[in-house]
Amino acid sequence: MHAEAVAGVVDRVINRYRRDPTCMLQILREVQEACDWVPPEAIDRMQAMLGVPRTKIEGVAGFYSFIYTEPRGKYRVLFSDNITDRMQGNRALMERLCGNLWVERGKVSEDGLVSVGKTACTGLCDQGPGMLVNNYAIAGLSAERIDEIAELIRGKVPLAEWPPAYFRIEDNIRRADILLNADFKPGEALLAARARAPSDGLNASNMRSWREGLPSGIGGPGATLDEIKRSGLRGRGGAGFTTGLKWEACRNAQLKAGHQRIVVCNADEGEPGTFKDRVLLSKCPDLVFEGMTVAAYAIGATRGFVYLRGEYRYLLDHLNAVLANRRRQNLLGKDICGLPGADFDIEIHVGAGAYVCGEESALIESLEGKRGTPRNRPPFPVTNGYLDQPTIVNNVETFAAAAMIALKGGEWYAGIGTKQSAGTKIISVSGDCERPGIYEYPFGVSIRQVLEDCGATDTQAVQVSGPSGICVAEDEFDRIIAFEDIPTAGAFTIFNKSRDMFEVARNYVHFFQHESCGFCTPCRVGTSLLKNLMDKLHYGSGSPYDFAEIEKLNQLLQSMSHCGLGHTACNPVLDTIAKFRPAYDKRMMQQDFTPAFDLDRELSAARQMTGRDDAGAHLATEHGGQS
Amino acid sequence: MSHTFTLDGKVVPFVDGQTIIQAASAAGVFIPHLCYHPEFKPHGSCKLCTVKVNGRHTASCTMRAAPGMVVESETEEINAERRALTQMLFVEGNHFCPSCEKSGNCQLQATAYHLGMMSAHYDHFFPNRAVDASHPEALLDFNRCILCSLCVRASRDVDGKNVFGLSGRGIKTHLIVNAKSGQLADTDFTLADKAAQVCPVGVILKKRQGFAVPIGERKYDKAPISETAETTEGR
Repeated sequence: MHAEAVAGVVDRVINRYRRDPTCMLQILREVQEACDWVPPEAIDRMQAMLGVPRTKIEGVAGFYSFIYTEPRGKYRVLFSDNITDRMQGNRALMERLCGNLWVERGKVSEDGLVSVGKTACTGLCDQGPGMLVNNYAIAGLSAERIDEIAELIRGKVPLAEWPPAYFRIEDNIRRADILLNADFKPGEALLAARARAPSDGLNASNMRSWREGLPSGIGGPGATLDEIKRSGLRGRGGAGFTTGLKWEACRNAQLKAGHQRIVVCNADEGEPGTFKDRVLLSKCPDLVFEGMTVAAYAIGATRGFVYLRGEYRYLLDHLNAVLANRRRQNLLGKDICGLPGADFDIEIHVGAGAYVCGEESALIESLEGKRGTPRNRPPFPVTNGYLDQPTIVNNVETFAAAAMIALKGGEWYAGIGTKQSAGTKIISVSGDCERPGIYEYPFGVSIRQVLEDCGATDTQAVQVSGPSGICVAEDEFDRIIAFEDIPTAGAFTIFNKSRDMFEVARNYVHFFQHESCGFCTPCRVGTSLLKNLMDKLHYGSGSPYDFAEIEKLNQLLQSMSHCGLGHTACNPVLDTIAKFRPAYDKRMMQQDFTPAFDLDRELSAARQMTGRDDAGAHLATEHGGQS
Repeated sequence: MSHTFTLDGKVVPFVDGQTIIQAASAAGVFIPHLCYHPEFKPHGSCKLCTVKVNGRHTASCTMRAAPGMVVESETEEINAERRALTQMLFVEGNHFCPSCEKSGNCQLQATAYHLGMMSAHYDHFFPNRAVDASHPEALLDFNRCILCSLCVRASRDVDGKNVFGLSGRGIKTHLIVNAKSGQLADTDFTLADKAAQVCPVGVILKKRQGFAVPIGERKYDKAPISETAETTEGR
C-alpha cells in the first residue's frame, strides 16, 4: 500500500472516530483491517491527526497481540491454543497447514502472503479446534478443512468469498433456564422498571435522577435499584461482588462538572474455557442491552460501552444492527420509552487480544485508548472510572440477569438458586464429554450433576472457572457451583483419566506468561520463571527442588503482584501438584539433583537449520526427555 | 491536618494526601524502592516498596497514609520478598556490574546490597537487546532497563517532550524512543533534559565520560542507599 493510500485510510477511520484519541485502539484495529497491518506511515498520519506522541501510539499498538506493527501477511492465521484445542488435535493441524503453505510457525511466508501462529483460547472449546483468520473465527477444524483453507490462501481468495459454512459458530445450548429461555420482549424490562415509580411526580423524579443521579428514594430508579439489591444478584464475571452495592456506590458518587455516569458491559471473555458470553450475545443481545439500560436508569448513566473481545469480532456487525434497531424502537437514544431526560446510548469497542483487559480497571484503560494495564486502586471505578467518571463494569451475564430482575422483581430472582447464591449460572462445558456446550443451572448444582448431564465418563478432573479457578478431583465431585463453595465465571473443562494433568497445568502457565501485562515486576518476571520451571519438568529435568521453587514463586506472586492475574498465576500448578502428584513425579529423573541443561536439546536450533532430525543428528543421552 | 500511623512500631506523622512512603521519608525512614521518585507521580510497578498495611501487602508509594494504620516494612518476610524481586530484575535484563559505568551509583545495585542479595538465584534470561548509540551526547543501553518508567514520566511531565515510552507486553515490555527510526538521535532529547538525569540504573548515559569517579568515592561507596537523601537520587 502506498503512503497516500494509507493516509487516506487513516483519515477516514480517524474522522469517523471524531479525531478522538480515546478511540486509539479502535482506530488501530480498523486501520489494520484495511491495511493488513499498521505501517509506520499510518502511525505518522495518526500522530499528526490525533496530536499524540508516537511513543503513545506505538505503546498501545505494541500491547495488543492482534495489532501488528510489522507485516504479518495478507492472511493471518492464528490457531486457538487452549488445552481443549490441544486435546482436539490443534497441533497436528497447525503443522499440516504450515506444511501445506511452506511457512514456518510464527513466521511470515517468504512471499509475504500468510503467517501461521497460535493464540490464547478463542472461546470455541465446545466446537474446536478453532482458529482466527484475520480475526474472524472458524470452528470445528479438520484435516480436510485445513487442506481447503490452504488452497484458498494459496489461491488468494478474499476472506469474504470463503464458504460461509466455515464461519458458522453454533450456540450449542444444552440446558436453558431463566436467561436462555427468557420469556422477554425488548422494552418490557424498561417499562417494568419505570412502572415501579410511585405514581406522583413520575416524570420529574426520573428526569432528575437520570440527569443528576441523585441518591435513592426518588421513584423508578431508586425502586429499580432496590429490586436489584433485593434479588441478591452478584457479579457473574467471577469475583461475585454484590451488584446492587456496586450500582448504589456509583449512583451516590459525586459528579464533577461536565461528567456523566458510565455503564460498561465486560464482554472481554478471555478466561480459557469460557464461552457463555459469546452465546448470550449471539442468542439474546437484546436482553443484555436492556440490562445495561436498566442499569443506566437505576444509576443515572447516560453513556454505555460494550467491550467485546477481539476474538468475537464476527459478532460486531450483528450487535450493531441490534443496537440500531433498539434506537429505532426508542429503547436507546433520547427520552427512552418516552421518559423525558432518559438519555442513554451504547457503543461497542472491540478488544485486540489481551486477556488482562478483562480486569475492570485495565478494561477502562483500554476503553480510553491506552495500554491495558490495571490501575492502582483505590480509587475504584465506581467513583473514578472511564475518563475519571463514575463507572460500573459488569459482566454480560450480570446485565442479562438484571434485565430479568427489573421485569420480574428481586424476590422472584432471590427464590432461585441457593440462599447465598441467587439465580442461575451459565456454564460453558468443554473437554472430555459427549455433549459440550452451554448449560444454565440454578446455583447449587453439583459437579457430578453437570458431568452426568453432559455425558462425561471416566472423569479424572474438572477445571472450574479456567486457569485462574480451581482444579476439582474425583473425590470432590459432590461439591456445588455456588459462591459459598466453588464460584465460577463459567468455565467447566473436563479431563478424563487418559489426560496428563501436568500438561494441563503447563498449558495454563504458558497462558499466564503470555498474558501478563508486564507492568509489575513479580508477575512480569515471575510468570516467565514459572513457565521455565514447568518446561524444565516437561523436558524431564525436574527435581524436588523445583517444587520448593514453585511454592516460593506462588507466595511472592500472591503477595506482591499488582492484580489478580499475578495472584492466580500459580494456582493451576499448585492445584495439580496437590491433587495429581504422580503426573509430576514421573518427570523427576533423579530425586536429588538433575541438571537443567540438556546438550541434545540445545542442538535443536542446529537441527532445525539443517532440516535434520535423524538419529545421527542427536546425541546419545542417558535419559531421553520428551521434546 | 496532621495524623499519625505506626511503621514498624514507630509513630510516623503525616498530612492528608501523603502516601506511606512520602510520610516515611519525611520521618527519615527508608523503604526500598526503584520506580518511585519523590518528584514524580507514583507508578507502583517495581513493587520493591511493598509493605504490609494492617496485615495486607500493598505498595507504599501508591497507598495513601491513613490515621492509625499499622505498617510493617523491615521484617524478615518482606525483605526476603524484596530480595526476590531484586533478583528477578537482575535475571530479566543483562546487568554486569563490574563493567557498568553506573556501578557504585546504581540504585538497583545499591538496593541489592541493602537487601543482602548474594546471588541472582534464578536462571538468567540473557535477553538480546540492541544498544542505541545514535545520539551525539547520550547512549542508551537497554540491557539494563528495569522498566521503572522514570524517564518516561520525566520527559512527559517535566520536559514536555515524550521522548520515551513503553511498548510491548509482559516479558516483552520494553522502552521505546519517540522517532520513526526508533533512534534517540532523531528525537529532541538533550543532556539538559530531566529525563537524562533520572535513570536509576545505567540505561541513559552521558557519552565520552565513564568511570569518572574512583572506586571508594562513588555515591553508594560513601553511604548505603538507606542513608542517602531522596532528592539526590538518580544523579
